Amino acid sequence: MKRSINIWVSLDKITILLYLLLVIMGWLNIYAAVYNEEHPGILDLSQRYGKQFIWILAAIFTGIFAILIDSRFYFFFSWFIYGFLMFLLVLVLVFGTEINGARSWFEFSWFSLQPSEFAKFGTAIALAGFLNSRRLDLTRLGMLTQASAIILVPAFLTALQPDMGSTVVFFALFLVLFREGMSPYVFVSGLLALILFFLTLLINNLYLKLGLIVLAILLVWFATRRWKLVLMGTGIFIVIAAVLYVIDYYLFKRLGIELVILFALLVSGIFFAWYIYTKKAMAVLVIYLFLVGSIVFVNSVDVTFNKILPDHQRDRINILLGIKSDPRGTGYNVNQSIISIGSGGLTGKGYLQGTQTKFKFVPKQSSDFIFCTIGEEWGFLGSLAVIGTFLLLFFRIIFMAERQRSVFSRVYGYGVVSILFLHVFINIGMAIGIVPVIGIPLPFFSYGGSSLWGFTILLFVFLRLDASRNEYLV
Amino acid sequence: MKDPFINRKYIIMTLMVLVCLFLIIRLFVLQIVKDTYRLSADNNVLRYVTQYPARGLIYDRKGKLIVSNMAAYDIMVIPSQTSRIDTAGFCSLLGITNDMFKRQMRAAINYSRRAPSVFLKQISDQTYAGFQEKMFMYPGFYVQPRTLRKYSKPVAAHILGYVSEVDESIIKKNPYYKSGDYIGKSGIEEAYESELRGQKGVRIFMVDVFSRIKGAYADGEMDTVAVQGSDIISSIDLDLQEYGELLMRNKRGSIVAIEPETGEVLSLVSAPGYDPGLLVGRVRSENFAKLQLDTAIMPLFNRALMASYPPGSTFKPINGLIGLQEGVITEDTQFGCDYGYLFVGCHGHGSPLDLAGAVANSCNSYFCQTYRRVLENRKYGSVSEAYNRWKEYLNEFGFGSKLGTDFVNELAGFVPSTAYYDKYHGRNKWKALTVISMAIGQGEIGTTPLQMANMTAAIANRGFFYTPHIVKGVGKENSLDPKFSERHLINIDSANFNKIILGMEGAVNGAPGGTAGIARIRDIIVCGKTGTAQNPHGKDHSVFIAFAPKDDPKIAIAVYVENAGFGSTYAAPVASLMIEKYLRDSVSNKAMEQRILNLNLEDTITESETQY
Repeated sequence: MKRSINIWVSLDKITILLYLLLVIMGWLNIYAAVYNEEHPGILDLSQRYGKQFIWILAAIFTGIFAILIDSRFYFFFSWFIYGFLMFLLVLVLVFGTEINGARSWFEFSWFSLQPSEFAKFGTAIALAGFLNSRRLDLTRLGMLTQASAIILVPAFLTALQPDMGSTVVFFALFLVLFREGMSPYVFVSGLLALILFFLTLLINNLYLKLGLIVLAILLVWFATRRWKLVLMGTGIFIVIAAVLYVIDYYLFKRLGIELVILFALLVSGIFFAWYIYTKKAMAVLVIYLFLVGSIVFVNSVDVTFNKILPDHQRDRINILLGIKSDPRGTGYNVNQSIISIGSGGLTGKGYLQGTQTKFKFVPKQSSDFIFCTIGEEWGFLGSLAVIGTFLLLFFRIIFMAERQRSVFSRVYGYGVVSILFLHVFINIGMAIGIVPVIGIPLPFFSYGGSSLWGFTILLFVFLRLDASRNEYLV
Repeated sequence: MKDPFINRKYIIMTLMVLVCLFLIIRLFVLQIVKDTYRLSADNNVLRYVTQYPARGLIYDRKGKLIVSNMAAYDIMVIPSQTSRIDTAGFCSLLGITNDMFKRQMRAAINYSRRAPSVFLKQISDQTYAGFQEKMFMYPGFYVQPRTLRKYSKPVAAHILGYVSEVDESIIKKNPYYKSGDYIGKSGIEEAYESELRGQKGVRIFMVDVFSRIKGAYADGEMDTVAVQGSDIISSIDLDLQEYGELLMRNKRGSIVAIEPETGEVLSLVSAPGYDPGLLVGRVRSENFAKLQLDTAIMPLFNRALMASYPPGSTFKPINGLIGLQEGVITEDTQFGCDYGYLFVGCHGHGSPLDLAGAVANSCNSYFCQTYRRVLENRKYGSVSEAYNRWKEYLNEFGFGSKLGTDFVNELAGFVPSTAYYDKYHGRNKWKALTVISMAIGQGEIGTTPLQMANMTAAIANRGFFYTPHIVKGVGKENSLDPKFSERHLINIDSANFNKIILGMEGAVNGAPGGTAGIARIRDIIVCGKTGTAQNPHGKDHSVFIAFAPKDDPKIAIAVYVENAGFGSTYAAPVASLMIEKYLRDSVSNKAMEQRILNLNLEDTITESETQY
């Protein structure tokens, strides 16, 4: 079934407009970030702003090329694309050039390429192909496992480089699985695990566990509204914990408070099980299982981190999380970045007037820390405009994804928006010091050919799929 | 096919909105709520470079340059802006040791992490040139140009004072001064510090992350210009000063020469002195310690202002004047001598003498009797009362208190009060004879060479003086403290002065038995009075006061040569040479000049004799 339509007419203009807006804003900010008085021309090819102009032109051509390709190609070749890019990810581990301790780049004589930027597109398209190809039911464990595997393979390969930033980004695709029916428990568990992972490293474990127990008690009260029950449960737990603690203290002397809490929880579980069974209180069961799971998880993260991980890797994570200070390394970067953005005030210091920017106080300012330039020179209002534009783009993509007639296109659309969303959150979060510095670009803004092309292909393939949504029903 | 999960898009959209809101709230806190980041950004980028004004120059009364400036370069450090540098390269560039580097760094950090402190003082031009090229490699370090003092001649150290770096106590007391600044110490440098130093300015530069200067901040609108220090025209005559120091070489003592009609100090010599160039630059502290430790000759001690001697016979004209004014003697009053009066001896001379003769011959008996008449004057109820009247005259001449000159350290000297004698002898238990040694300037009384020169000027003026001062004018307006143009009148008739001056003229110009014939100058009438200040520690000090010419006095002078015996022996020739040098610009009595130049008293003085 094929209807003849003009692709160019049915392209989504709003998305293209937002895309061009972001790319041009990015280019102007790169100009500000690396501005060199001796080469004032924005098209000066010896400077990054001149080069970025070339990348932008190339990206637009790439985009046009992506649109010209028949949408069925992406569907039928999705596995081939995925396979090819996974192959590149393996190849880069062998032949890649090591930059800043990571093998992420292929270096050719006149340009370099970062395959992980394209792998995001490949993974999104493969996921779309996979979810489209069968009867879609992500509540089935088998299908969920396979879908997860598609995501985890590139995540694992990039982690080997190691490029933590890209690895984290692949996890964004679980958002797609959630949209397509994955159990919210799995999704919430994943999120919780992530949060707990960081909290375990940041907070005293005892306090964290006590906090989890208090949270569980509150949730039980919230679910049952029976304070007698809550008090009784808490009482049982405390008595058992106290008895265990005393026994351990005088007899074993080796369990420690951590294990005592876990055992107390498991033993008191017998009493809760009786209650749950008689009253069919599913909510209490869920809360209880989550609590036990969390505490086991915290323990295992703790052991892995402190006993298994080599010292230098632990140090690196500690620095990333700001537990260890490193004012000349990563810490310096974030510190100067916050100063830049904070000094921007409401309206900023004006274009090309940012002193932090102009005098190069923030390293990597044209790539990973491009948001500093926006924050310093355009102020709070400029930051608001940039975040607002991104949010508009996200909503537009979601709107477009939802109007697709094929699961393939819809899943792909969600893949695009998930990847962009996580990039924006982590990149800006990094610049304002609420996310560890893991070095990923701000889509369309940051300097660099690979990331710009990667994002352009990602978005424009979706534009093509959207434009031909009435053409085929793939 | 109906999509059962379509509503999950709302959950996803809500999640996105929440996350963006989270980012926006954080941005709001950073950019709007907290205002410390703007300050941090400024601290990063703004470099305040102090502009040190050139210190004012000092000229002599004829416009000859005495003190000027030369450039020096200090290396400054702001510890908070330094980063790990190639210490070895840095040290070899500056020619310092690694230990020195660490020591200086620690000192700088102790002073302040954010404020600049001096890392290395006054590096050579060569080192400066080398460092300037590579400075960008060492963020946190920069060069601060400064000026050092330069002296055209190695003289007048005591008058000029010196300039030294401020210490902690000064910085605490006066916020104008910062670590590494200079301040005038003693002499003109201290007395006129606020005029000479000018006003510091500050230029604000923007620097990049490597501390490289990128241009002026706000186009220099916030900069303040350094105001150059005012020049000072000193009243000293540089040639005369140099000549005086030459004459006093290998001797101890002092010369103070004053222009009577203005009170301007023409020359002020304290011997032994030192070369003011010794106290400049990096060698300053070392040399200063050496000079300070030299207790045998005490070169830093300004005898002209700080040494108190009994005035000796040079005091006789004052007692004569008071006697005349009080009406207890006239110019014709005669007293016999007979080799002394009671226990005060006298030398052999014609007798009896009238007042002029007594001054010229320096007769002890004459002035003892005069002094006794002054104190036993019936006009006053008691000796105490008469003594107080006598003391008032002395105070009018400027004795017993500081003159209020523009020298920062000036001794008041000592004129005993009646209470002083009451304490020693009991109230009304002391008589004129008890204090009779005051008649001839001996005893408890103490005066400084400056006070004696001022007294001479007052005599030359026939009854008034201007507070001596070393500065003629400050800055372009040539301004001067109005107190220096205030005439201090002495309640003694000018006619009485003429009677005493007659005696002083005679002392030099051929009166029979005149004590100071050696000081005579052809065609210039010098009026003088010899003196011998008793020195309990050794040989007496030779003292001479004089002014000339008699009828239009241009110079009044007091000369002290320590441990040199009679006033006529050495002090009088020195005064005579100085007067002729000043009035004629050359001396005629070459033989006398040579005798003084060759005189070396240093070898004969033992350390125990140096007591003040």
